Amino acid sequence: MKKIYQRPTITKINEGMPSKFGNRATLKAITKIDGIDVHEIINKYGSPVFVVSEKTIREKYKQAYSAFSTRYPKVQFAWSYKTNYNDAVCRIFHQQGSWAEVVSGFEYQKAINNSVAGNNIIFNGPSKSDEDLVLAINNRSLIHIDHFDELYQIIELTKTLSERPQVAIRMNMDTGVYPQWDRFGFNYDNGEAWTAINRIMMNEKMDLRGLHAHIGTYMMTPEPYKVAAFKIATLANKIKQKWQHSISYIDVGGGFASQNTLKGAYLPGTDTTPSFDQYAQAITDAILSADFDPQNMPFLFLETGRALIDDAGYLLGSVLANKRLADGRRATILDVGVNILFTSFWYEHEVYPTKETGFQTEDTILYGPLCMNIDVVRQSIKFPLLKKGDNFVIKRVGAYNMTQWMQFITLRPKIVLIDTNGEMHVIRNNETLDVFKDSEIIPEHLR
Amino acid sequence: MKIIKDLAISESGFVFNPLTGESFSVNEIGVSIINYLKKEENLQQILMSLHEEFDVETNELEKDFNDFVNMLKYHNLILD
Ligand SMILES: Cc1ncc(COP(=O)(O)O)c(C=O)c1O
Repeated sequence: MKKIYQRPTITKINEGMPSKFGNRATLKAITKIDGIDVHEIINKYGSPVFVVSEKTIREKYKQAYSAFSTRYPKVQFAWSYKTNYNDAVCRIFHQQGSWAEVVSGFEYQKAINNSVAGNNIIFNGPSKSDEDLVLAINNRSLIHIDHFDELYQIIELTKTLSERPQVAIRMNMDTGVYPQWDRFGFNYDNGEAWTAINRIMMNEKMDLRGLHAHIGTYMMTPEPYKVAAFKIATLANKIKQKWQHSISYIDVGGGFASQNTLKGAYLPGTDTTPSFDQYAQAITDAILSADFDPQNMPFLFLETGRALIDDAGYLLGSVLANKRLADGRRATILDVGVNILFTSFWYEHEVYPTKETGFQTEDTILYGPLCMNIDVVRQSIKFPLLKKGDNFVIKRVGAYNMTQWMQFITLRPKIVLIDTNGEMHVIRNNETLDVFKDSEIIPEHLR
Repeated sequence: MKIIKDLAISESGFVFNPLTGESFSVNEIGVSIINYLKKEENLQQILMSLHEEFDVETNELEKDFNDFVNMLKYHNLILD
């Protein structure tokens, strides 16, 4: 009998200096997702393909909800549409009890089409047209005002509308995080937010319902939330004192980290990301320590995005080729590139083989299929020796990729949902050339 | 093309270059190839022997073999 073949490799031994992630045991393969063989998925739906686990979404949501609801009596999540606005995904969150958090007229329409009640939609963002605002006002949606121009735009609209706008202000503030996000909302520390609040309270045709801050994204410690929640609570009490008005909610935004590893991080995200319990402890401590009337505590709103959905998303693909670079490094070309894996600009994504590959790995650069220099999925990864045609799984891609992906050079692939009974459903079809035929117009003289 | 004289290699795949003091690790088939290269200069002959020893298609073997030989050159373990 002939011996089992594995391609020959040679690795230089560098004394005493294990590479950054080099000490870990070999990669385990991911052979199944929610009980379904990954090769079966690829055979059926093609490569590459996004896979979303309904079970994981529901489990994550329950974990997050219970972290907060066991510490504070009035908690409401609102699904951050931009993170993943596939309708099926949104509806899972809505079934779990999430409201919708949207940042454009387009996302707002999506939420309405997903049967979210108008007064359960939070409308954020710096860009709202008159048309968007009129709709949101008439639906009694919660409009989070971003700047004075928007505030005066709403004041203008109240002159002709009978519904009272239900508004909150978005604030930015110093929470000890640098760089401070100061481009959205009114500044807290210099009094701008207080000015906006007074302007709203003086207007007799709108209701100030809440206060909002989204202090940043991928917050690696819970402390800044404690600072933010405390500052917001303090302001709520100041409003109560001056205007005898109790706001009905405090919205601390999103920004909890998922377990992906940020580029340049020293330790893997799985070791460093705070748990939902840690974030919840910090936020609820701060609100409970503020002087709210126990009979009239505000709701706590959360717009958590990536931490709820990243783990539920997988990207399955195939190796197109291997090559050797001039400096001796191995390069592997995948059929997945930055066009559909936008988050590879931020994360060192974990890439797994789909079959046990033995113990060998080689320092490899993973390229996508685009004929573009920027198309790098991993600059350096200890990767098993996959051959042309072999499959792989990229983990934790549920957030932002299925919304920020680009139609560039190739067409976008299918998204498949695995439901809680292990059944597969295509929840978004792959693009075809018809998408272009339908929207491009060739002038007569070029036909 | 010649593999450097006195290149030390153990059964387990530890390779030591006495000229530079550098060490390397190679896998099982890497050990076979280096041992063949010490005895034999005809690459075609080596490929045939490997093909008899391992369960692999010729094209794949040839591709991987050439890559490996290039890496040996890259690490200055083979001199032209
Ligand atoms: C206003 C607002 N809320 C929520 C989110 C969701 O953030 P994340 O995915 O970091 O939880 C964002 C994202 O940038 C946001 O801008």
